[in-house]
Amino acid sequence: MNIVACVKQVPDTEAQIKVKPDGSGIEEGGIKWVMNPYDEFGVEEALRLKEKNGGDVTIVSLGPARAMETIRTALAMGADKGIHICDPALDGADAYNTAAALAAAIKAIPHDIIFCGQRAIDDDSAQVGPVLAELLGVPQVTVVTKLEFTGGAVRAIRAIEGAQLLIECPLPCLVTAQKGLNEPRYASLPGIMKAKKKPVDVKTAASLGVTVDVKAKVAKLVPPPARTAGKIICGDDAAAKAAELARLLREEAKMI
Amino acid sequence: MAKGVWIVAEQRDGAFRKISFELASTARKLADQLGEEVCAVLCGSGVEGIAGQLGKYGVDKVFVADDPALEPYTTDAHVLAVAKVVKENDPAILLLGASTQGKDLSARLVGKLATGLATDCTDVKIVDGKLVAIRPMYAGKCFGEISILSFPQMASLRPNVFPAVENAKAGAVVKFDPALDATQLKTKVIEVQKDTSGRVDLTEANIIVSGGRGMKGPENYVLIEELAAVLGATVGASRAAVDAGWRPQSDQVGQTGKVVSPNLYIACGISGAIQHLAGMSSSKFVVAINKDPDAPIFAKADYGIVDDLFKIIPELTQACKKLLA
Repeated sequence: MNIVACVKQVPDTEAQIKVKPDGSGIEEGGIKWVMNPYDEFGVEEALRLKEKNGGDVTIVSLGPARAMETIRTALAMGADKGIHICDPALDGADAYNTAAALAAAIKAIPHDIIFCGQRAIDDDSAQVGPVLAELLGVPQVTVVTKLEFTGGAVRAIRAIEGAQLLIECPLPCLVTAQKGLNEPRYASLPGIMKAKKKPVDVKTAASLGVTVDVKAKVAKLVPPPARTAGKIICGDDAAAKAAELARLLREEAKMI
Repeated sequence: MAKGVWIVAEQRDGAFRKISFELASTARKLADQLGEEVCAVLCGSGVEGIAGQLGKYGVDKVFVADDPALEPYTTDAHVLAVAKVVKENDPAILLLGASTQGKDLSARLVGKLATGLATDCTDVKIVDGKLVAIRPMYAGKCFGEISILSFPQMASLRPNVFPAVENAKAGAVVKFDPALDATQLKTKVIEVQKDTSGRVDLTEANIIVSGGRGMKGPENYVLIEELAAVLGATVGASRAAVDAGWRPQSDQVGQTGKVVSPNLYIACGISGAIQHLAGMSSSKFVVAINKDPDAPIFAKADYGIVDDLFKIIPELTQACKKLLA
């Protein structure tokens, strides 16, 4: 089975995000970079599929030079090889252009199932997986919390508002991973050693034959609207405080 | 020349989701600024009868695809139907809901229509005749202003943020043939397991009562549930509570959980880790109950109580019960 897992390097969830004064991006100094947590679920599921059914796992990532660390992390978890799409022309690329580059890389290798995170926690776009599926001409199942390979097809659980769906989808297909799909493993020390020797193919837009055609542009980043600290409710005891809160919620805030 | 503001309406089991009316009202506002029409696409089976309801919220024309293959929702069928009618009519703007279904469909349409999309927007406006979409990024740690350079200019709107305003227009219903090619319909919905609890999903809830590490154990969530029941609220949880196995993953609010925008968010025993704040920052009103006066959550709260939540919550439940009786 030929399995592909796409990964993105993103700021850690605990990172403080500071917008550059000119709004052109975020200050990258001091940021700890990690594998997008949703992509980690995808990598783990890819490894489990391989362990059960045989085959190999290729990691594909688009990102600047530092993204190589994230590819190595996935290789240390047990993936077999990597493709690093590294080209300044693709820095900050929108979903369509990112997916087009990933599609060009993936089309060149055998692929039965492709994993992506359901969204990246930096731009929160939740687009690249489905766009990639469309450009590869394969069906998609998004926000998957459980996956079963039934030979030639997968059965997946996806949670939507107020319901859980069981979806059947033939291979080749693309699956986007949601929290709950699995518990990702940590890379072992021997895994980390081995990862250093695993092959990673570095590609540019030109070597993939893609040209950038910008569809969506972040014109400006701004800090979130400031929320000022409100009222601390005092009282003689818990009952008095709670009663005052309830009264304020009803009479002042008109929320209940 | 691309023209008109379009929406993809969302329905389930023959009833519109609330987001459909939020989309219609927002589209109306944009279209009035442009002096253009609002059109809606409605896909499903046996849904022609409800199409006219969209007129009440400002839709001029509803394009309806009525086909058994469009129910229940699958990406394959809906993307073919929507892409067909959009390509035939060339709208300038196309809005969808940032619901699970809307996100799935809108992103696939980006590939199909080779265009750009701003996901999960909290504001949209027209500047110099073009769409400018405002959306939280890094889970709300900053906001981006997005321009779409191709047509249709797509945006998905965060549920519960845009008002649904009645503004009656014709709501004329036009049927179209989605011309679904069966060989392209690859995914199948084998089973739909509905949540029968009757509670509103976190992403659509008006009031959320959330519990964190301060709840000390799963058994204590009964306190949260009782308060939620009195307020008609949905129960949420912090990552700490979910990772400890106290609450299901589907309850998690935060950067690696759900992003919510209720009118009222009550955080109990939640310190306010940055990744949690990121998920609830578009709440309109925030209450924090925590015994640590230095908890970062208080900096984001409109009202705070510094005290033991095990004393406060039961009292609050009683006080609310009395007020609402």
